[in-house]
Amino acid sequence: MPETLTRELTFGQAVREALAEEMRRDPRVCIFGEDVAEAGTPFKVLSGLVEEFGTQRVLDTPISEAGFTGIAVGAAMTGLRPIVDIMFGDFITLTMDQMVNQAAKVHYMSGGAWRVPMVMRTTLGATRRSGAQHSQSLHAWFSHVPGLKVVMPSTPYDAKGLLKTAIRDENPVVFFEDKMMYTKLKGPVPTEEYTIPFGVADVKRVGRDITLVATSSMVQVALGAADLLQEAGTSAEVVDPRTMWPLDEKTLIESAKKTSRVIVIDEGYERYGVTAEIAAVIAEGAFYNLDAPVKRMGAMHIPIPFSPPLEDATVPTEKSVFEVARKLCGEA
Amino acid sequence: MTIATDKSQAKSETKAGHWMRMYRQMVSIRLFEEQVNELYTRALMPGLAHLYIGEEAVAVGVCETLRADDYVTSTHRGHGHCLAKGASPDRMFAELLGKEAGYCKGKGGSMHIADPATGNLGANAIVAGSVGIATGAALSAKRLETDRVAVCFFGEGALGQGVLYEVMNVASLWKLPVIYICENNLYTEYTHFTETTAGDIPARAAAFGLQAESVDGQDVRAVFETAGRLVDRARRGSGPSFLVCNTYRYTGHHVGDINREYYRSKEEEKHWKTERDPIKLLADWLVAQSLADADQFSGIRSEIEGQMQKAVEFAMAAPYPNVSEAEEDVYA
Repeated sequence: MPETLTRELTFGQAVREALAEEMRRDPRVCIFGEDVAEAGTPFKVLSGLVEEFGTQRVLDTPISEAGFTGIAVGAAMTGLRPIVDIMFGDFITLTMDQMVNQAAKVHYMSGGAWRVPMVMRTTLGATRRSGAQHSQSLHAWFSHVPGLKVVMPSTPYDAKGLLKTAIRDENPVVFFEDKMMYTKLKGPVPTEEYTIPFGVADVKRVGRDITLVATSSMVQVALGAADLLQEAGTSAEVVDPRTMWPLDEKTLIESAKKTSRVIVIDEGYERYGVTAEIAAVIAEGAFYNLDAPVKRMGAMHIPIPFSPPLEDATVPTEKSVFEVARKLCGEA
Repeated sequence: MTIATDKSQAKSETKAGHWMRMYRQMVSIRLFEEQVNELYTRALMPGLAHLYIGEEAVAVGVCETLRADDYVTSTHRGHGHCLAKGASPDRMFAELLGKEAGYCKGKGGSMHIADPATGNLGANAIVAGSVGIATGAALSAKRLETDRVAVCFFGEGALGQGVLYEVMNVASLWKLPVIYICENNLYTEYTHFTETTAGDIPARAAAFGLQAESVDGQDVRAVFETAGRLVDRARRGSGPSFLVCNTYRYTGHHVGDINREYYRSKEEEKHWKTERDPIKLLADWLVAQSLADADQFSGIRSEIEGQMQKAVEFAMAAPYPNVSEAEEDVYA
């Protein structure tokens, strides 16, 4: 991180700043979505953008996720650089044909003739008491599809730098934001221009005894668990891949080789989730250096329940990560 | 070997020349498709082949109203649209055979021909898959003030897909220069459209405020006149429209669909082929108007036969892509 840090921004402010800067830089960038203009979305992340850029660039759409995502694909092919806002990550189900069969394949199917430089911004994360259809973390779905890039920032700094890269990318990029971080997570963000390349993991904390690979919402959980582990005498390294695809396999494998024990923590469903892919990459790449099987921790394999004590039990916590780590190190 | 020409040329040419060019284009599509049938039945063409024979007046009548830089999107039955918009038969055949020289380097195939040089955003093998793309292209045209229009071709089967209504709603709200061309060839695969389509078709579009019309899709002059009005209207900024072209698919849903008596009679097929053939209808009119004679038609036919034969030979002789090409073009 550069040394010229001048202020702290919330995660939501960092996202907004990235959007505003890129819209100032490139008049082709525009935003479509439900209540993105005057309302600034229910999360208020886009507040102020329509006032600066006008309703021709910040466009309120009907509640038609498939329709406006498809329109974004065509607009991206023909000279605009659209950013679509899918309010809750659960609603990506409605956009699947547009993203999977259209956006992801246009460049390949046309032999490279057409490009789809668009961004889909959406959210993930449970524990907001929103029920089973407003709480899922479905980034694994898009990570499975060649032709898409999938980004999962965990800090305001990463959110801003990665979103600027996403908007400048020539491909369809899906950008998952943890909706619980918008106002709750603050962090240093430089005032100077910067971008963060895709496919470069970030070691959020250096450690010796165990690697905690964590994504998005789970990075703060892993860092909290690392504090608890430190108190118990175990030194944990926290590695954030930041992009699911492209995936920085090298950094993950190197950390695993160094510590010899790994837990992969992600808020998506554990079964067939991104934790499985990352665990497999590490198991193959660091097999002879591992002292324990690679452990995965994700959301329970159930629809997210509404009742607070039930919902809280569905996702990994600092305590549950601490306990699994202790066990993996043979100390529990 | 391009068969379409810019409409601006039409203004200076004679009345006979204007219609004779459309005659040539319809014959080109027919003879192209006859070659496809031949290649397929001789097992020289891999995959699937959906022939446009019988529907030629729709693609030709509509595309003749367009500028070279106007956009089209097409369907799984898309060879006619590609040719009418200006694609070369040699590179099309190469694509159909999976050759490197094809429009998509062989990666797209029959159902995915795309070509930026002729404004072809791509044929789409998802029914209604391109309605968002066409509408997005119209949004770009409006926002970037390029004065272009977008034409979205789809079969009546696409009327069953919800995304069509989502994008027509947006196109109407945003007054986009897009023309939705519904080719009603009566059969949604192997089912008569009346079994799958309730109510009145143009009324569906009219409900969203689109200018909605129907035309005899076997009469290229009527298609040209009606589409021309709708295209001019869109280019003037008067918004989107919807045109049902009533037509008929002479052959099966795909080349292997030979026994069709369970869904339609041979008498019905014979009626359309003898009484309602678009090429014959135009030829008869040209003769009645003393604008052409039978010798001219047979001359054109043998000339185009020769062109198609050469195009097939080119494609047959062209090399397949190198296997290393498989991983290219996934990302721009």
